[in-house]
Amino acid sequence: MAVITPGAPVPAASVRRGRRRPGERIIEGFLVLAAVVSIATTIGIVVSLLFPTVEFFGEVSIVEFITSSQWTPLFSIKQYGVLPLLVGTLWVTLIATVIAVPLGIGAAIYLSEYARPGTRRLLKPILEVLAGIPTVVYGFFALTFLNPILIDLWPSGDKPEFQNLLVAGIAMGIMIVPTVASLAEDAMSAVPHSLREGAYALASTKMQVATRVVVPGALSGIVAAIVLGVSRALGETMIVTIAAGLKTAGIPWSPIDGAATMTSYIAGAAQGDLPVDSLDYLTIFAVGTTLFLFTFALNALSIRLVRKFREVYE
Amino acid sequence: MSTTSTPPAPHAANPRHRPSLSQRRSRPGEVLFKLALQFCLLVAFAFLVALIAFAVIKGWNRLDPRLWQEMPTGAASRVARAGVQSAITGTLWVIGLTAAICLPIGIASAIYLEEYADNTRWYNRLLELNIQNLAGVPSIVFGILGLGLIARVIGLGFTVITAAIVLSLLVLPVVIIASREALRAVPRSIRQASYALGATRWQTTWRQVLPAAVPGMSTGAILALSRALGEAAPLILLGAVTFIRFNPDSLLSSYTTLPIQIYNLIKEPQAEFQELAAAAIVLLLVILLVLNSAAILIRNKFQKRW
Repeated sequence: MAVITPGAPVPAASVRRGRRRPGERIIEGFLVLAAVVSIATTIGIVVSLLFPTVEFFGEVSIVEFITSSQWTPLFSIKQYGVLPLLVGTLWVTLIATVIAVPLGIGAAIYLSEYARPGTRRLLKPILEVLAGIPTVVYGFFALTFLNPILIDLWPSGDKPEFQNLLVAGIAMGIMIVPTVASLAEDAMSAVPHSLREGAYALASTKMQVATRVVVPGALSGIVAAIVLGVSRALGETMIVTIAAGLKTAGIPWSPIDGAATMTSYIAGAAQGDLPVDSLDYLTIFAVGTTLFLFTFALNALSIRLVRKFREVYE
Repeated sequence: MSTTSTPPAPHAANPRHRPSLSQRRSRPGEVLFKLALQFCLLVAFAFLVALIAFAVIKGWNRLDPRLWQEMPTGAASRVARAGVQSAITGTLWVIGLTAAICLPIGIASAIYLEEYADNTRWYNRLLELNIQNLAGVPSIVFGILGLGLIARVIGLGFTVITAAIVLSLLVLPVVIIASREALRAVPRSIRQASYALGATRWQTTWRQVLPAAVPGMSTGAILALSRALGEAAPLILLGAVTFIRFNPDSLLSSYTTLPIQIYNLIKEPQAEFQELAAAAIVLLLVILLVLNSAAILIRNKFQKRW
């Protein structure tokens, strides 16, 4: 806690004239300084990404980075196309979204419209616990528990590999359910009761109220929840590093293959002792910048949408 | 709103939780819908139960004092006598320091934004937007910040202090947002009464607002620290990925932490490593569960309803 004692606490004399209190000013200065730390963090992130990225693109053309379909910086024939990493990321994010969106929104409708207050008080902390489980644990569970089951149940043809994008996507989908559910539920709770009551007065059933009044009314918040979930999935590292592997080469066309994503490439490359200022070392920053831009765009969208539903009803 | 498509039902409106007055028509669609919603929650909870049960069963043989009495090893021949002691002490060092760095800064930022800042100024709005954006930056990008700037340019290297600084910056938005909510929940009348008695702004904040906001703030602080506790991705970039066989003894020591050690163990192919990983996971989950319950308890017990 910021223990800063006030300089001159003499409240009685201040009635006549605004006395200068240096202590108050100093404290305010400290508070501003603390607030500036978060601005400095953002600047620090941009600076630490930007310079090595510029250096990287001095040696590798942007066109190759965006269009080449091979990512083989650690091979003998080096190619620097980010597409394989991007496709790996998209697979995992897509699978996670397909799982998390229905489950998260269903859970949110139940919590907001159906659950009694007592039930809700019990269920919400459990969702919070699920949200608080470290992602290494999800990765371990996906790799050693879910994947063998998946391989057993796989109908025919090529079985999923020992590490694959599908199982990482499934685990990540469950991981982001609490994120989607909690933001979507906030949005649904913000829909005024008068709208629900109006619908009931027109003889709507509970399901009709939920699906035709509450969900459309909370739509911008629900979309914000989905966008935030997608952004979390895009930036998640440990689940994909453990469960989808670090294999890089061509574009992973099938989700049952093991392949690196943007995040797991960074994690994998950083584990080896790469010499500073080698091109391999710089790839970490170039991929990091790409990842940062994607998540930044999604977060900005989500913040904007949340603001919209706050404005409508609050 | 789209409430027009309801069929014109002859019986009265159907208030919530109550069957309609005229007759109890059973609507299979309604029941199915509710079941589907419950199923959504059930899937999430089943996953949680399976995850915990699996870790406990798989790690059962290794859940003994070896876990915290012995040092980690990467050699398969010695794994039976290995534990994760250096990861436990490393976690304590890193999280303790993280708390010491991020809590004062986060709470001070929140006080500035809630009690001092003029929200109509562009720089204060920028500050708010910046914090919201930071909350969504992937943790591995914070690792890149640590690697590029703090470890290399500032030159703190792969040490306990670098890890603590990076984790502090990572959870700072969580601390700020939670503390602001706690401050906002304190009613304005308390502040006005304090001002009316001649207190200055800081006296009001320090003696009236902060004490009333402490429960909410501590809940947020615990949740932020438990996030830092489970975080592995940024530390992979900060040199924690080795089987370190000694406990850290200063800010500039090499270190490893529990989530990182779990990751190291998972990577090894032999079953003994997997068992040890599961045992370490159980330990990590127990710590997190205790912290989470404490946060929920504080919230339910001490939070005042104004």
